[in-house]
Amino acid sequence: MTVTTDLVSYEDALATFEPVMGLEVHVELGTKTKMFCGCSTELGAEPNTQTCPVCLGMPGALPVVNATGVESAVRIGLALNCEIAEWCRFARKNYFYPDMPKNFQTSQYDEPIAFDGYLDVQLEDGEVFRVEIERAHMEEDTGKSTHVGGATGRIHGASHSLLDYNRAGIPLIEIVTKPIVGAGDRAPEVAKAYVAELRALIRALGVSEARMEMGQMRCDVNLSLRPIGTEKFGTRSETKNVNSLRSVERAVRYEVQRHAAVLVGGGTIVQETRHFHEEDGSTTSGRVKEEAEDYRYFPEPDLVPVAPSRAWVEEIRAGLPELPRVRRNRLREEWGVAALDMQAILNAGALDLIVATIDAGAPADQARKWWMGELSRHANESGTALDELAITPAQVARVAELVSSGDLNDKLARQVIEGVLGGEGDPDTVVEKRGLKVVSDEGALGAAVDEAIASNAAIADKIRGGKVAAAGALVGAVMKATRGQADAARVRELILEKLGVGEG
Amino acid sequence: MPGITREEVAHLARLARLELKDEEVDHFATQLDDIIGAVARVSEVADQDVPPTSHPLPLTNVMRADEVRPSLTPEQALSGAPAQEQQRFKVPQILGED
Repeated sequence: MTVTTDLVSYEDALATFEPVMGLEVHVELGTKTKMFCGCSTELGAEPNTQTCPVCLGMPGALPVVNATGVESAVRIGLALNCEIAEWCRFARKNYFYPDMPKNFQTSQYDEPIAFDGYLDVQLEDGEVFRVEIERAHMEEDTGKSTHVGGATGRIHGASHSLLDYNRAGIPLIEIVTKPIVGAGDRAPEVAKAYVAELRALIRALGVSEARMEMGQMRCDVNLSLRPIGTEKFGTRSETKNVNSLRSVERAVRYEVQRHAAVLVGGGTIVQETRHFHEEDGSTTSGRVKEEAEDYRYFPEPDLVPVAPSRAWVEEIRAGLPELPRVRRNRLREEWGVAALDMQAILNAGALDLIVATIDAGAPADQARKWWMGELSRHANESGTALDELAITPAQVARVAELVSSGDLNDKLARQVIEGVLGGEGDPDTVVEKRGLKVVSDEGALGAAVDEAIASNAAIADKIRGGKVAAAGALVGAVMKATRGQADAARVRELILEKLGVGEG
Repeated sequence: MPGITREEVAHLARLARLELKDEEVDHFATQLDDIIGAVARVSEVADQDVPPTSHPLPLTNVMRADEVRPSLTPEQALSGAPAQEQQRFKVPQILGED
């Protein structure tokens, strides 16, 4: 990109303008089959092996709605505190583009299945921000294009394009927020927190894995600025396909700075779509946004209306799993941790790892301690996410178990973790290979204690004389002699025992 | 009842990727006007108590279970394609959008 764009500093932009956001998130459902036909949705298939007359848009083909797709939409709607329509239809969104072989996308227009909800999101400092949901509606994904002949596989300069329709027709739920106002300078953080919370919700519902890097969840960021203190929204830009949490944050920030530069310079914002560039966090102009009526929406005649009965909706509501926010609050209470500590766990992405470690048998405090301490330190040093470390919750649980049983002390446990992360094998293998067991052989330990007493006669006398606190120095000597492989508490007991002193 | 203008016909033709000659624009403007006029008569008898109808059959909730059915083979799927490459549909250069 050689286009240079004027930006003003983020702080200056926020001194004059208030950002207004609208976030549109597409979630690919994890159904076995497509939304309107029985073709498989399995990823990674050879091109055009998962198509049929319906998803290829052949004349006379009759689409039939996937019941699980509708149920998933209702689940998402309910989890987002939405009303569920008593009756709604599909609509054809007409446009000519080769990624849709039908020349229209089956979607919902004025009758979304879910509407008027909200999602509470928690920011990094613990503040809760309520994002209002406009609607969640059902639609279908498009095919995948490959552009051939261009320099970089991009559409510009391509001589022709190749289409694989395996993805065409996979169920999508589009979730649209109401205009998000009042976030002020925290707009980028709110956007990121919203998408993160939505992703956690979708996963908890089990309706999609919502892996953004796989395109299973994609975000479009609408942004406009208005002078602080004014009511009327400014003209918005729509940055398409922002596909990671970090990118959502960066895209909002960039657009705030770009809009402000245009407005301060006396220019006008063009309503257009923009492309986000992962490399430098910038956006560039796409196409001028078509007016909604250009899509010539009309009710889909081939699909009859969907009318979720109230009984069915209530049944689905009753079957909803514990939602992420509720679960977090429950765990916080169960573990008895402070709100800020819980927030640190969330910010570190450690919650699910800790839960999995506890499920694998570790005491809660041990699971928290290792993930938030030693493992967080490793993750920071190597610049990776916690869940990308080469250690599993089950392995961490095993380390915790070895500590509880007295086979390892903390110092040795850290070495075991280091070994596991270094690819030396599971905890037991590392213990074995590195010879990291706590010396529990009373004979060997007793000998080490005797030696420490003999070579520190002055200290030993003090202890005999009642200065129990001096025992620490002897414990240290024994620990050193056993290269840290002794149980310090047991060593202390032995020392006091041999010197004939009680704990006083 | 406002008539369909030539501009509206030209706009629709562009959206539908149809190339119309000037006289065709006039021709279709008149025809569309007649058709819409005829359909509009429905609103003379349909009052508030008659909901707009998009589907003639009183059916709702026709759904299928989420079970995989056999797809076409790629050869079948591509058999009607004017051009293909790498087992994919080959289409001319796409301009103006991404």
